Amino acid sequence: MAIHELTIHQLHDLLVKKEVTSKEATAALYRRIGEVDGKVKAYLMLTEEEAFRQANEVDRKITKGEGIGDLAGIPIGLKDILCTKGFRTTCGSKILGNYVPFYDGTVIKKLKEREAIFLGKLNMDEFAMGSSTENSGFHTTRNPWDLARIPGGSSGGSAAAVSADECIAALGTDTGGSIRQPASCCGVVGLKPTYGRVSRYGLVAFASSLDQIGPITKDVEDCAILLNGISGYDPSDSTSVNIEVPDYKQFLTNNVKGVRVGIPDEYFIKGMDPDVEKSVREAIDLLRKLGTEVKKISLPHTPYAVAIYYIICTAEASSNLARYDGVKYGFRSSRYEDLIEMYGRTRAEGFGKEVKRRIILGTYVLSAGYYDAYYRKASQVRTLMRNDFEGAFKEVDVIVTPTAPTPAFRIGERVGNPLQMYLSDILTIPVNLTGIPAISLPCGFSSEGLPIGLQIIGKHFDEGKILQVAFAFEQNTDFHLKKPTLI
Amino acid sequence: MKMDIEKVAKLARLELSEEEKGTFGEQLEQILTYMEQLNRLDTTGVEPTSHAIPMVNVFREDEAKPSFPKEEVLGISPDQEDDHFKVPRIIE
Repeated sequence: MAIHELTIHQLHDLLVKKEVTSKEATAALYRRIGEVDGKVKAYLMLTEEEAFRQANEVDRKITKGEGIGDLAGIPIGLKDILCTKGFRTTCGSKILGNYVPFYDGTVIKKLKEREAIFLGKLNMDEFAMGSSTENSGFHTTRNPWDLARIPGGSSGGSAAAVSADECIAALGTDTGGSIRQPASCCGVVGLKPTYGRVSRYGLVAFASSLDQIGPITKDVEDCAILLNGISGYDPSDSTSVNIEVPDYKQFLTNNVKGVRVGIPDEYFIKGMDPDVEKSVREAIDLLRKLGTEVKKISLPHTPYAVAIYYIICTAEASSNLARYDGVKYGFRSSRYEDLIEMYGRTRAEGFGKEVKRRIILGTYVLSAGYYDAYYRKASQVRTLMRNDFEGAFKEVDVIVTPTAPTPAFRIGERVGNPLQMYLSDILTIPVNLTGIPAISLPCGFSSEGLPIGLQIIGKHFDEGKILQVAFAFEQNTDFHLKKPTLI
Repeated sequence: MKMDIEKVAKLARLELSEEEKGTFGEQLEQILTYMEQLNRLDTTGVEPTSHAIPMVNVFREDEAKPSFPKEEVLGISPDQEDDHFKVPRIIE
């Protein structure tokens, strides 16, 4: 197996045995990027000099016989929404095209302490608003399984890079499905942690009550390892939650006997791709064979998820994005007479279409006279949705569904119809609205050879249980071992 | 048309082209109509959720801590003078 194809745990073993150095691994990844990124276009920026400096440090430790942690010397990629000190952080937007943060986000600090290697910054939909990377202010990333298709979004660069072996693992962020949907489209593993599990300090804000950082990896074990590396309370994020973080690797037991699995009818929606439904039904059959207790459950408010979400996330986005005014950092228009014109032009020239659309929508639903009809109403239905899950989790330990209604769609197919694009997220959004964790992992391929994702949803702070079920499923299937052909 | 798009754009300090006003207007109309399905639900007496995890105010001791160095903060701004961000004249 080539170095770039390795998982975190495989590469770690080779580093410890001194069969490979971190420098060699880093060089192998950059070689791979050189070979395939012209096609995939996952990266926005490479940080080679700093990566090799980090790698040499880890190699020195290994040579001296010092022990290393399981992320030390592992080359990973970062979604370009995470603030990296001294390295441009664009959030996929022209308005931040020249923004170089003077501080590291908390997850970056944590991974630096664990001596992970950062290869570069990965493409995304502008401000994480999108399901395809077509809203990136720079370019569209391609799906490694079919270059004419989208990789999913908004963490499309991260998922495509992991799938194409352009990094060993990556970080993404998930506000309405932005880790899980691209993981599903690209045939890799992606986990959105419980809201508050991972610090958001240094994560450029989109919708603050929904955003969460999480791992995108080649297998479930890597997912547990990377989640270990980024979880935990942080005084700099007052919404991070101060409860103990378990070692997530302890849940990888390959035993799911007696685990209660709920299947919500409402997630097998009309218009679902038949290949997706077939693969997910087969996955459920396998979980049953492995000894889980499968039962039907009902989450009756599921059909309202998209309506609630696009009121709440646009409302939060419209106020979060008010800070981009051309004063303190980022882009400023050169065509203005006075301050008001400077604001309006800077934002007109700096933001792309989808961001503008959402700012307008969010401003409207919060404006005097409409607040009760939209924002308050949506927040009330959000409560009903939370009650749905609370009721369900009295009967079951995890909930299993498809991650997305269809495999990856074609580039351009949904650009002209925002509502149709929004409906791509219908199966991932409820998890964000209720703050619970969920994972997507490969569970099959469509007749056209496109990956299909299985979503496993858990209770608040019960990432352990979803990793347990995901690991058992993965150990008894080989979908995660298939790779796209790029060369 | 439900939305006065020019008024909303002004509130958002966002200049829109004529073309954008047209396409956004149509698209947002369609999206708002879709959202009206929420009105099918009776939510009388339902408490709104603004955070999925119960949140309380977080306090810390009122102690001064070092800030980011002024030159780093000002150094990434589009325009600055002395120790200040510089913007067009506001008061005549």
